[in-house]
Amino acid sequence: MKKTFPIFAIATLGLLSYALYQALVVAPTEVTMGNVQRIFYYHLPSAWVAFAMFFVNFLASIWYLAKRTAGSDALALASAEVGVVFCTIVLLTGPIWARPVWGIWWTWDARLTSTLVLWLIYVAYLMLRRFASGGQTPVLAAALAIFGFVDVPIVYLSIRFFRTQHPQPVIGGGPGSGLDPRMWTAVLWNLAAFAAYGSLLVWTRYHMAMVERQVEEAHAQRALESDEGADQ
Amino acid sequence: MTNGDKFLFAAYVVTWAVHIGYLLYLTGRARRLRSEIRDLERK
Repeated sequence: MKKTFPIFAIATLGLLSYALYQALVVAPTEVTMGNVQRIFYYHLPSAWVAFAMFFVNFLASIWYLAKRTAGSDALALASAEVGVVFCTIVLLTGPIWARPVWGIWWTWDARLTSTLVLWLIYVAYLMLRRFASGGQTPVLAAALAIFGFVDVPIVYLSIRFFRTQHPQPVIGGGPGSGLDPRMWTAVLWNLAAFAAYGSLLVWTRYHMAMVERQVEEAHAQRALESDEGADQ
Repeated sequence: MTNGDKFLFAAYVVTWAVHIGYLLYLTGRARRLRSEIRDLERK
């Protein structure tokens, strides 16, 4: 890990820089919205990475309930935390884009509301993990994560099932949907860059959670030894 | 700078502010963890 991490980190930094260049310079300016449409290159990849992180959290939570391994619990925590970071960016960049284009910061349509609910579910998950005490906390958190993940397909499908202020899907959205190929290139570069960056964060947070667990166990062991010493 | 450019700039700044904030949180957590490990080793 010590050798691979810096190489991966440097590659990710390069990828992020090139993706930024793609978004700001290479991608063509959209005709009706102008430059503000370039928010799309951060908004959409951030949403996809958040969904991917919540999916990892979902799988790790199922694995934890089935096997009760420390690794799956640490992975669930790490992916939820990074997912919330990316989901926060989606919820912040969306209104900043909406204001000049729609004339409003926010509207309670199905896509925006379900995304806010998704963010609240995973914030609640992290608060449960942070503040609840007792050995059953990871089990409760895993159960919450499995039910919480139900909101991800709801967010994704909301623009297909409901009439929303949010635009219709650009992928498989039917006739008239789609993107200029140069815009697609910029989307894919940014998606690759943010996916790599998100993976790097999960990797870091996962190892940190594993070490924290070992430290907690060492503290408990010390406390037990000192109790036994006092009894004798 | 047009009005749209200002919103574009704001969105990119906000994105990186959130990412940098999370990196700072991770750095602080790692520092605390390292000092805890040092304390454990000393005892």
